[in-house]
Amino acid sequence: MYQYDKYDQSIVDARVEEFRDQVKRRLAGEITEDQFKPLRLMNGLYLQLHAYMLRVAVPYGTLSGPQMHMLAHIARKYDRGYGHFTTRQNIQYNWIKLDECPDILAELATVEMHAIQTSGNCIRNISSDQYAGAAADEVADPRPWAELLRQWSTFHPEFTYLPRKFKIAVIAADEDRAAMRLHDIGIQLVKKDGVLGGRIFVGGGMGRTPMIAPEIKNFVTADDLLSYVEACLRVYNRYGRRDNIYKARIKILIHEIGADEYRRQVEEEFVAVKALGIDPPQAEFDRITAFFAPPAFDAGASDAIDRTDPDFAVWLDQNVKPHKQPGYAIVNISLKKTGDIPGDASADQIDVMADLATKYSFDELRVTHAQNIVLPHVAVRDLPEVWRTLDAAGLAAANLDLITDIIACPGLDYCSLANARSIPVAQKIASRFADQGRQRDLGELKLKISGCINACGHHHAGHIGILGVDKKGTENYQLLLGGSGAEDASLGKITGPGFDEDGIVDAVEKVTNVYLGVRADGERFLDTYRRVGMEPFKEALYG
Amino acid sequence: MKLLTGNDLPSGDVIWWTGSGWSRHVEDAADTGTDGEAILAVEQAARRVNGAYVIDAAATPDGPRPAHIKERIRALGPTVRMDLTLKPEVSPEVVL
Repeated sequence: MYQYDKYDQSIVDARVEEFRDQVKRRLAGEITEDQFKPLRLMNGLYLQLHAYMLRVAVPYGTLSGPQMHMLAHIARKYDRGYGHFTTRQNIQYNWIKLDECPDILAELATVEMHAIQTSGNCIRNISSDQYAGAAADEVADPRPWAELLRQWSTFHPEFTYLPRKFKIAVIAADEDRAAMRLHDIGIQLVKKDGVLGGRIFVGGGMGRTPMIAPEIKNFVTADDLLSYVEACLRVYNRYGRRDNIYKARIKILIHEIGADEYRRQVEEEFVAVKALGIDPPQAEFDRITAFFAPPAFDAGASDAIDRTDPDFAVWLDQNVKPHKQPGYAIVNISLKKTGDIPGDASADQIDVMADLATKYSFDELRVTHAQNIVLPHVAVRDLPEVWRTLDAAGLAAANLDLITDIIACPGLDYCSLANARSIPVAQKIASRFADQGRQRDLGELKLKISGCINACGHHHAGHIGILGVDKKGTENYQLLLGGSGAEDASLGKITGPGFDEDGIVDAVEKVTNVYLGVRADGERFLDTYRRVGMEPFKEALYG
Repeated sequence: MKLLTGNDLPSGDVIWWTGSGWSRHVEDAADTGTDGEAILAVEQAARRVNGAYVIDAAATPDGPRPAHIKERIRALGPTVRMDLTLKPEVSPEVVL
């Protein structure tokens, strides 16, 4: 994992003290809320429905054991004993007190963490593949590139006041596990004739105007990657709309001027940017890359495993993925046990996961955009003990990518922007489909729920998506089918009139029944939908 | 009826104007009539409340009931964690 150098640490420490002073001045009445709000947002502090909410950055979703322990400590000491892992691979605390926030940030800084740029119209936390460094299908480890982008984007003076927030994802495999094409910039590292570079996609996003990013550049060599990304940002910063918040994202700019014209301008800008020499010298990139060297795997580790315990076997099949190193595996920890709040983990559970990382996964964890946790490097021989420990902590739900592995935003239970509650709907659907055999029979089925049009719950990208809306003061839920955030990215389509809270659960069951009735061998729900179209589902829902 | 609500500045807690001060319990809230904005200006300037605004509510035997579900959830707490609300003993359906 990357470790701060003196510059990283000093800027984070300085920011803590700067914010401490700003909080002190706000509490003393020296600055108004209007003056203070942009300052607190730059430090990840929102005022939500019930209290202040602090969003802590987890760079490209990667954490060490001690960092994870710190998150548990913050939950216990400053919050109400839990945290919420988000679709941006971050963590949020829902019950923060303003006067304690500087102390929280100071504690986070001791483990090289912060909340900088987790809000505001700037470049947000870089997201990446949760299997980075462990997946057999990656052409390179995307984390050094994500780290380079983190360093470049942190306090970037030119991009601190963009027209709107800006999200970047970096992946390095054909299988997209990071919803890359639904980011403002998506980078897929690829090799062309043995040379490493990136495919550049720009202008994706969810929200009220969802778009899948078009490919802007088929191949940018690694030596030019940072300059090219800077050129992409510069064109946006120059021409992105600042007069209308709903039209301010880069996806709108590209939609309005067209991908070809945007590409032409980026290419022109790239020539100017390249001359500035911002791409790092090889020695500096090598320094960063060295932090992501593979851990000291046991070269003789065996892949043999005892599957006699049926519950363990189900968990193995569902939540454990192949590792590029023989004798090792990738463990997915689902935070979606029936009845759970998607993405929530108690301080005790966070500590358990941290301990497991330290003991069994070379001290490393990942947060996924699906609001789960990954232990990326677990020896196969240790899987039974890891499973037993997770099971004892209520963390062994064997439902990865099944219908109960639901992404849900905090919704109206916590969020001041929401129009409807998301979590109770997720819980009711999870209860309806709690039977393990039924879930597994349905197979891969990604269900995603947002409590408002801002789409933090990625409903546009759900095989089944649910959008909560306000219908004359009551909660109502629209159903969408056919979305995907993966390499086969697509946007879901609304089925028709919405449903109330119980009705949407019934509606989900109806569409799954249609799927079971018409699916062909080997087809996922999404495949069937794409083959048969919307009509059979509409007929079942409204006919 | 009209209620004045906002958040306590240091803690962020949801608070309600009682006619003479602030309470964390919506049952204590007073009808501000047409005075809400004026009270808001004074209280906010004194930093006794943050982000205050006036909402519609109905008078009921159990006290004021905010008109919109969002405000009813603000008044109670998260319906999915009743243990963290001001009334752990009630049903979450109370907000509907």
